[in-house]
Amino acid sequence: MTTRTDTEPQAGPRPAPAATRTPAARRRRRPAWVPYLPYLLPGAVAFVVVIGYPFAMNVYYSLFKWRGGMAPMRWNGLGNYADLLHDSAFWTSFQNSIAMILAMVVVPTLIGLVLAAVLFDYLGRRFGPRVAAFLRATYYLPQILPVAVAGVLWNWILNSQTGALNVILRGIGIDSPPNWLGDTTTALPSVMLVLIWVQVGYPVVIFMSALQRVDPELYEAAELDGAGWWRRFRAITIPQIRPETFVVTLTCTVAALKVFGPIYVLTRGGPESSTLVPSYYSYLNFFDKSKVGYGAAVATVLTLVIILVAVVILALQNRAERREQEGR
Amino acid sequence: MSTVTTTPTAGAAPAAAPSSAARGPVRATRPDERYRRGVGRWFVLAAAVVVALLMLSPFVIMVLNAFKSPAEYSQDGPLSIPSELYLDGVQNFWTRTNFPQKLWNSVFISALVAVFGTLLSLLSAYAIGVGRIKGRLWIVTLFLVANMLPQEALIYPLFDMAQKVGLSNSPWSIIIIFTVIQAAFGTYLLASVLGTFPPALLEAAQLDGAGRWRILWQVVYPIVKPTLGVLMIFFFIWTWNEFFIPLVMLTTNDTQTIPIALASLQGDRMMDAPTTNAGALVSLIPALVFFLIFQRTLTRGVTAGAVK
Repeated sequence: MTTRTDTEPQAGPRPAPAATRTPAARRRRRPAWVPYLPYLLPGAVAFVVVIGYPFAMNVYYSLFKWRGGMAPMRWNGLGNYADLLHDSAFWTSFQNSIAMILAMVVVPTLIGLVLAAVLFDYLGRRFGPRVAAFLRATYYLPQILPVAVAGVLWNWILNSQTGALNVILRGIGIDSPPNWLGDTTTALPSVMLVLIWVQVGYPVVIFMSALQRVDPELYEAAELDGAGWWRRFRAITIPQIRPETFVVTLTCTVAALKVFGPIYVLTRGGPESSTLVPSYYSYLNFFDKSKVGYGAAVATVLTLVIILVAVVILALQNRAERREQEGR
Repeated sequence: MSTVTTTPTAGAAPAAAPSSAARGPVRATRPDERYRRGVGRWFVLAAAVVVALLMLSPFVIMVLNAFKSPAEYSQDGPLSIPSELYLDGVQNFWTRTNFPQKLWNSVFISALVAVFGTLLSLLSAYAIGVGRIKGRLWIVTLFLVANMLPQEALIYPLFDMAQKVGLSNSPWSIIIIFTVIQAAFGTYLLASVLGTFPPALLEAAQLDGAGRWRILWQVVYPIVKPTLGVLMIFFFIWTWNEFFIPLVMLTTNDTQTIPIALASLQGDRMMDAPTTNAGALVSLIPALVFFLIFQRTLTRGVTAGAVK
């Protein structure tokens, strides 16, 4: 990662990352940081053992054909990766990742922006903060639910025979309601709807707290100038909370690329791979098909994609910030 | 630092919004509508309430059907209010999963991860933020990337390692793994908080002859305590909700956590509607209770995460 990692908490007049160049100018004689190294030791050891080494091993495994356990490991070079290129399931899984990004990032962020602005700037002022806080809590509720629990609940609601939704639909006269999670055409949209439901509360809460940072005088001045709600939303709200929007986009995109639990409990990637995602595909190869090397290759590619996407988002953020500073 | 000082969002309203200025309802494009806010605002409220009801409906359906007998369900459907309290679903789930044990497993794992993870974050962040160790930017970046890694890219080697050291199917394997994964994020967050630590305080403590260890616990720790609290709550909830690694590592019934136990009952023949709903309800209650207790701190914490 070459992007400057000033994803560090921003805000405030702070030496920020430029501080690298002014290392404790106060104590210049000998590197004052050396005695602090022991404090980093437990973290460093733990990191190497639990993350660094396993990750390296995973990359190593991806170069072999291996059925796992005591089975012999046969060197395969980049063969697994070459196979991935011709594996339609692999491509499907990444295609579905785009759907996951739509359901976990794009739609919730857009809805969240509007809901947060309406709650904060409109309903909060007209009906009092308690109403706004209550509504926000209801939007946030699915977020505190363990994702597996949400999945099990929805799996039942969407069940074609006994599920609540279809029982209701039959009750109002629809004789053959769709098999939501069992049909290749409806499975992916159904999963996406569940994920939107899970995800919406997160941007709402973050954006609402971001809005408190915005100087109320900006809004008052705009109002005096006769700007309507929508104009103020576009001209003040959206630019002012851009940092939070980037954070939401970054964290949710990474989460969307990594998504596993909801797929596992809702559809197990089916029917016919229509909801397959990379993490589940890698899991399948590891523990179901006993193709450990191949699963490791999928996981490695997924890692690279995530890092690449994160770098792009961070670079966009840096550029936006720079442009904003130049604009002033 | 925003992390510590943000006011809890709950109840903090823009003080005294000027009521004289005309504010148009959402769809106000025609200027004259701007003044009819008396009506428009009710529409907006209604829309927001409809969204809230949509969000709540799965929970409502869950509660309605957790206590409804299968016979009544097939007769009256999911939306009726149960005519009598049917507790077999809860009981069924409770005994089949041996729920108290699953609850204990979840609490044990999550609590220890919260404590150890926060401690580890504090130590590393002290070296990075206060000690200003050389190359700290790279270290923080590394931790951040570690936090983004898909767990699939670690699981097989971790599984192997756990078997080799005799920790397969042990809660301790989960505790160790998540302590590190959570601490990777915690270090990143805390390091930047400590990077802004007032140097005057540190210098004063040094002049008083305090060593680094004492400064950490007597100067730094009391000041960042609120942030540590938020981190602990986060770590607890995140670990509580974790699915993938516990699913792979905890292979027998007696070691599983609540989400895994619930998910593994899925597809079971005995899982009728009340059992499924009661299971979801019972599994959600600990998280809900925890959320309600720490709601204020948590809202602040979510904010802290946002402003990073």
